[in-house]
Amino acid sequence: MKHKVATTINGHRHEHEVEPRLLLVHYIRDVVGLTGTHIGCDTSQCGACTILVDGKAIKSCTMFAVQSEGKSLTTIEGMAQDGKLHPLQQAFWDEHGLQCGYCTPGFIMAAAYLLSQNPNPTDDEIRQGLEGNLCRCTGYVNIVKSVRSAAATMGGAQAKPAAKSVAGRS
Amino acid sequence: MAVTTMIGAKIHRREDPRLVSGEGRYVDDFTRPGTIFLSVVRSPYAHARIKSMDVTQATKAPGVVAVYTHKDFAKVLSGTMPVTPSFVAEKKQNPPRFPIADKEVVYQGEPVAVVLAETKYQASDAGNMIDVDYEQLPAVMDLEKALEENSPKVHSGASDNVGWDLTYIPDDAAVMKEADVVVKQRILQQRLAPTSMETRGVLAEYSKPDGTLTVWMSSQSPHFVRLFLAGAMGIPETRIRVISPDVGGGFGAKISPYSEDWLVPAAAKLTGRPVKWIESRTESLQTTTHGRGQIFDVEAGVKKDGTLVFMKVTQYLDAGAYLGTFSAFQSCACLLAGGAYNWKHVSSRTVGVLTNRVPTDPYRGAGRPEATHLCERMIDLLADGIKMDPAALRRKNFISEFPHQNHFGLTFDSGNYEKALAMALEMVGYEKLRHEQEEGRKKGRYLGIGLSSWIEICGFGPSAGTAPATGGIALVESAQVRVFPTGSVAVYVGTHSHGQGHDTTFPQIVADTLGVPYDMIEMRHGDTAEGPAFGYGTYGSRSLAVGGMAVHKASKKVVDKARKLAAHVFEAAEEDVVFDQGHFYVKGSPDKRKAFGEIAFAAYGAGLPEGMEQGLEAVAYFDPPNFVWPFGTHVAVVEVDTETGDVDLKRYIAVDDCGNIINPMIVDGQVHGGVAQGIAQALYEEVVYDDESGQLKTGSLVDYLVPTANEFPEFELGRTITPSPTNELGVKGIGEAGTIASSVAVINAVCDALRPLGIKHVDMPASPDRVWKMIHNARNASHDGHDGKEARK
Repeated sequence: MKHKVATTINGHRHEHEVEPRLLLVHYIRDVVGLTGTHIGCDTSQCGACTILVDGKAIKSCTMFAVQSEGKSLTTIEGMAQDGKLHPLQQAFWDEHGLQCGYCTPGFIMAAAYLLSQNPNPTDDEIRQGLEGNLCRCTGYVNIVKSVRSAAATMGGAQAKPAAKSVAGRS
Repeated sequence: MAVTTMIGAKIHRREDPRLVSGEGRYVDDFTRPGTIFLSVVRSPYAHARIKSMDVTQATKAPGVVAVYTHKDFAKVLSGTMPVTPSFVAEKKQNPPRFPIADKEVVYQGEPVAVVLAETKYQASDAGNMIDVDYEQLPAVMDLEKALEENSPKVHSGASDNVGWDLTYIPDDAAVMKEADVVVKQRILQQRLAPTSMETRGVLAEYSKPDGTLTVWMSSQSPHFVRLFLAGAMGIPETRIRVISPDVGGGFGAKISPYSEDWLVPAAAKLTGRPVKWIESRTESLQTTTHGRGQIFDVEAGVKKDGTLVFMKVTQYLDAGAYLGTFSAFQSCACLLAGGAYNWKHVSSRTVGVLTNRVPTDPYRGAGRPEATHLCERMIDLLADGIKMDPAALRRKNFISEFPHQNHFGLTFDSGNYEKALAMALEMVGYEKLRHEQEEGRKKGRYLGIGLSSWIEICGFGPSAGTAPATGGIALVESAQVRVFPTGSVAVYVGTHSHGQGHDTTFPQIVADTLGVPYDMIEMRHGDTAEGPAFGYGTYGSRSLAVGGMAVHKASKKVVDKARKLAAHVFEAAEEDVVFDQGHFYVKGSPDKRKAFGEIAFAAYGAGLPEGMEQGLEAVAYFDPPNFVWPFGTHVAVVEVDTETGDVDLKRYIAVDDCGNIINPMIVDGQVHGGVAQGIAQALYEEVVYDDESGQLKTGSLVDYLVPTANEFPEFELGRTITPSPTNELGVKGIGEAGTIASSVAVINAVCDALRPLGIKHVDMPASPDRVWKMIHNARNASHDGHDGKEARK
């Protein structure tokens, strides 16, 4: 038995008949055809499938498509506006915040939510704010730098790296 | 004017705009009309006999197109999966491996059947309806017990569980007697799951009328996949096209071919439909090859004055249920055990042991992290044995003259180990930190400082060394440079970029060599239908030192032809023509110059010199004369909470030398990622199986702890540059350096922190659980009036 689901994705309305068990991430990728949202783990550990649902970061492998009924979704494809990269996208590019790029859409979406809640995070707050996402390539150094840089561009006061003693982090 | 100073510049990556926009194209993003989905039914047991299988229900399930088992695939696939000699030319046992089990399963996750259905949900549903009757057999899990004569066998009917047993250099008892202090240590290398964020995946389409096969696959080496598929499916290479588009990380686990790499194309041929299979994370942790999985028994001796005398190494390598294509590569740990130091004698032996686990194969570093770990651990233990500062012991024994031939006949090309050590110590503030450590100890703080002076063999490799190791194909590299009439340039390479940024760095080389603006250079890789006939792929930190050189060499061939043509145009002798910053002119007349693009246009016109053909393009294969040898020193600073066993990594300093640098931003990125993976091994990650049943306990990322951003400090990087004399660019490799160096830097720091408790060695991962138990045992031992020796492992 199929259910109707109507959502707005990146400002466009979509309506489909889907199986109740269809995961939201499969709906976005396979039914709507937006393949920028990736799948990395199936158990909601890696965050590669992170999107915004009504402005909140959600791992789209943990929701059924039918649960998105009436909601507004933003995926990585909806971040650039008028052909111009979102400041987070630009910052990931400028700061070498990605290598293989597979986790990147999820990181950008999680970071977008983080900055919406905390426009001026410290490095530690960035690291904590992104702990729902896994990256295997970058060691996170340049991801933190990218988010810090985007925060500055987006109007948060200049985020600064934490001070260090000889023995390092407090 | 053409840009001519691209080498060494921080150029932002040209692949990034699509990747940050969600426009990357990974295998699962491709589809073909009529695609059906494949689900693999796998053995739930580590070792069992298949008594019977009933697929009736599955065949009738909604959407199911076909169910295939061994007998179906045996009709379209021939041969067994490849195993290379690597560093062990003669294997004692190499169990033949067909991509799907017939009568016996030998590891959990081995394929026994596949289901093809219209949707992936239907394929998965039907897979659950296949009824397999198994008779469980004893699982061989323990490496030492596996070698006992009465051990059960990994494969029924085998005479033993030995894959190989090779002594590279025997002990020298006379030299061993020269040591004043001798230390023995068993060092464990736990199994690791490479865990690229994109799992494996295959999409295959077979055209019956044309007899052509097109395969999209997440692979580091598409040309090898084509070669193997041609053999297994009996299709000429010319009719197979393998495309590895954007690949979401490899780390060595996407070099060797896998069961599904055959099963999916074969299923496409059998059904006549395009077939897609995407690995789940659990399948990945179960069946994608693991890395490491070794036990080292090491003995080393030193004189009282700090002169290193001997090192003796025995490696027991858990090969898994079959030999991986490159499993014996990891034996190179035995050849590099002496590390960066002069020893009077080094002896080593490798033993490959079969177990009922998924095979091991290269994982970032492959044998070299193990070598560095054991060597640098022993250096610290020896330093402790003669009460010498570990930095001083390193400095005293560093190899300092190059080229240097080690005990195993490998020639280190260049290095300056002391300089990198000095820079790392300076960056961390070594003297001050030792003082802080002393003061802290008085207050019950357990700070530890760990050094790792690492070396690496990479840039595989010279044809003479690698052709025997692969069983025939020499690991050289190819490139094609094509110049179009307007001066635009297309470059095709046989390497594969899956995060390394070749799309950016290789055009930097071409821009400098041809003097053409960087933006006019298009880079292509990962499609066997394009470029030279064969490519060798990306692994072993080889892409720049071998592939980059092929690009450079092909570019120079193009310049040579253009110079001949320019001489003709100028009506001058060729030796009088100067090529400088993208322009040709006759010596003494730089004002009458012609741009490279003008000569390119002329190359497609009339009136060429006699005997010269039209066109301006070249193919080059580069065969390096030697391996390249990066090096460096890393320092980790930790604090151990003795109440909880928690290790807090407070600082991490990495000084690396990879020769000349094409793009410093990308080099730093490679170091960051590599360091993180080594730290992950030191503190977090471990593949765990049940010792008795062989069930995988770490089958999801809930249990297999890939660290998050919250587990790392910011890494502090330094660099020295010692060009390689092995190639004209003076480059080495940097892809694996961080991983090779970092696990032991962290573990040496943990051991250094715990030394006051009498703890000398800690194995990986140094989890709170493991560390707390060791502290607890050490304290109990010392309360009992002992000095903690019982607590040592």
